[in-house]
Amino acid sequence: MKKLNKNDYIKMYSYMLKIRRFEERAAQLYGMGHIGGFCHLYIGQEAVVVGVLMTIDKNDSVVTTYRDHGHMIARGLDPKRIMAELTGREDGYSAGKGGSMHMFSKENNFYGGHGIVGAQVPIGTGIAFTHKYNKEKNICRTYIGDGAMNNGQVFEAFNLAALWKLPVLYIIENNKYGMGTSVDRAAAGSDLYKRGEAFGIPGEKVNGMNVFKVIEAADKAGKYVRDGNGPYIIEVQTYRYRGHSMSDPAKYRTKEELENYKDTDPIEIVKTEILKKNFASEKEIEKINKDTLEEIKSAAEFAIKSNYPKDNELYTDVYI
Amino acid sequence: MTTEILMPALSPTMTEGNLSKWLIKKGDQVKAGDLIAEIETDKATMEVEAVDEGVVIDLLFKEGDVNIPVNKPIAIIGNPDEKIEEKNEKPLEKSGENKKTEKVIEKKFEIEKNDILQEKPKQNEQDKNLSSEEITMRQALRDTMAEEMRKDKKIFILGEEVAEYQGAYKVTQDLLQEFGKDRVLDTPISEHGFTGLAVGAAFKGLRPILEFMTFNFSMQAIDQIINSAAKTLYMSGGQINCPIVFRGPNGAAAQVAAQHSQDFSSWYSQVPGLKVLAPSTPYNAKGLLRSAITDPNPVIFLENEILYGLKGQVNNDINFSIPIGKANIEKEGKDLTIVTYSIMLQKSKEAAKRLKDQFNLDVEIIDLQTLRPLDFETVINSVKKTNRLITVEESWPFGSVGSEIANVVQRDAFDYLDSPIIKVNSADVPMPYSSSLEKLYLPQVDDIIEAAKKVTYIK
Repeated sequence: MKKLNKNDYIKMYSYMLKIRRFEERAAQLYGMGHIGGFCHLYIGQEAVVVGVLMTIDKNDSVVTTYRDHGHMIARGLDPKRIMAELTGREDGYSAGKGGSMHMFSKENNFYGGHGIVGAQVPIGTGIAFTHKYNKEKNICRTYIGDGAMNNGQVFEAFNLAALWKLPVLYIIENNKYGMGTSVDRAAAGSDLYKRGEAFGIPGEKVNGMNVFKVIEAADKAGKYVRDGNGPYIIEVQTYRYRGHSMSDPAKYRTKEELENYKDTDPIEIVKTEILKKNFASEKEIEKINKDTLEEIKSAAEFAIKSNYPKDNELYTDVYI
Repeated sequence: MTTEILMPALSPTMTEGNLSKWLIKKGDQVKAGDLIAEIETDKATMEVEAVDEGVVIDLLFKEGDVNIPVNKPIAIIGNPDEKIEEKNEKPLEKSGENKKTEKVIEKKFEIEKNDILQEKPKQNEQDKNLSSEEITMRQALRDTMAEEMRKDKKIFILGEEVAEYQGAYKVTQDLLQEFGKDRVLDTPISEHGFTGLAVGAAFKGLRPILEFMTFNFSMQAIDQIINSAAKTLYMSGGQINCPIVFRGPNGAAAQVAAQHSQDFSSWYSQVPGLKVLAPSTPYNAKGLLRSAITDPNPVIFLENEILYGLKGQVNNDINFSIPIGKANIEKEGKDLTIVTYSIMLQKSKEAAKRLKDQFNLDVEIIDLQTLRPLDFETVINSVKKTNRLITVEESWPFGSVGSEIANVVQRDAFDYLDSPIIKVNSADVPMPYSSSLEKLYLPQVDDIIEAAKKVTYIK
């Protein structure tokens, strides 16, 4: 693995912070009625996607769940247009037709944003199939929530990926709860990374609150997959600070549990490292904080000012 | 005492077979379980075992004989000592019960053949590029896939038994040999998984043709078909299309009962984002499948197992296609309109013939070809001419394609109707197994005639 330099540290910190600020702002806009429907926040899980981002080739493909805002930001997509999708406006990534759960950017190889638990897993496997079919060296990163790990199609996809040696990296974001049901109450045998064993898919468990651990695991797994060895599973242990969606009061867990995780906040870990290594001063960090806040604030303003889709858009994009 | 060995039915839809090889000869002693012949069916070549014992007295067909009807005696075995005596007595000794059974079976074939397999498609009469030889529907489908795969390397085929087995219904015969295992892929029995995989591949730019061994199994994958394939173009604001063909046999075969005999035409036709096609002849199977494969949207292509053996002339131009969304006026008429699709076209044509003979009714038959987007214009124009409408389809009655046609026609051509619209559908029950009940379940020519009499007020 290449050694991380100063720029990498700043990049990680900036992206994680941007995701955090974006999600906080989205929560605010939701509360104000600008965002409707289901809205699933990524707060607490930032180290997962940003850690993987550090190992990615821009021609690699990504597909994820409905908890996708952070994934899009990490993919380098414009927070303005992401927020505009959340507010259902014409400047949104899906022109206001997808919403929070269904966002895509084909030019950035970002294939959603899927609203059905588990459905993205065979789809990501099929995208990986295409990379192999076209003899490209790229891989598809397929994110899976812990809840989906009890869904049959996930195992069908594992079987196909292993059978056909497809270049797919499965990343299980285990945030401990599938909606209100803890992993222990939903999964028999709670080591989710072992669920590829029967298909001969190697797997490992990673501390997802620490971005450096994620990078290490994603780099190793990514190389394995890219070298044509078939799929690989990493289970990233993470935690969402908020409820499942905006309407979830999260009464199924204790305050203490939440506070414990906050003590190992993934953004703070990076910040501490940056200061320790003298990659930036407190003042420079402060500037990143302020710029990020401003960027997200203006994204929110943009998203509120953007026009609603024109009425005739109701009937477009059904067929091509 | 002699025993006849009959041509066996080796698949649910087999009506006749070819004798590829005798594994016994006259005078041989045969025991139960001995292999006696190789029979080529519509799907495969299979060995047949003896169930009775004795000496082979006579072989009634020779190797290479083709189209031998199921249940026709192909050999006689018996006790050699009684051979001459038996032969002198009567060639085919049978109890009354046996004769009756055979008659019923013969009649069944007669009906099927008259209704379905002997009807020549009419659509192609005006086509100047018609092939001189007739080919089966399965061959027409196969050829079209092969032609398109030669043109576009992004096309690949996946499904259960499509490669090494050559297709459960032999629709993908020889494709593995021509295109190799990277483009013709056998999948595990894993519809949900491999459908999602194919949808992902289509999102990423490939053009999968996915064969469901039958559409009954597409229910295992219906979330990926509807929530992923059909909706993603819309949900992505037009960024991600899904050029995929889901194809395979739909509807009833023969006595495969409730879980293997469902018609999905109205299920899929209800979904915006999908196109739904249902060919009825080798000719339109070629034209429609080419349109499906080259279309940038997800297409549900509903074939019919009983029609796989239907022969007809085709257009062999490798660019010949029939546009999606265009119905075919199969037969022009002035007294009443029958709107139908898929296998019911053949039954409708038989009904039209009898309505002409018995009641001098001149029936117009519209073969929809595409169920979504449906060619309402052609239907409405026909109703404006004939003023009477029957829809004939194999699906269940509730919320069927015919239901929507009835709705649109009453809305847009109310003043042209001289009688209520009548729908002919399958019975509103799960498909039974028994052949007698199966016949009752499916729309028959008589049902169409009854409906025609009603809309024309003939007592």
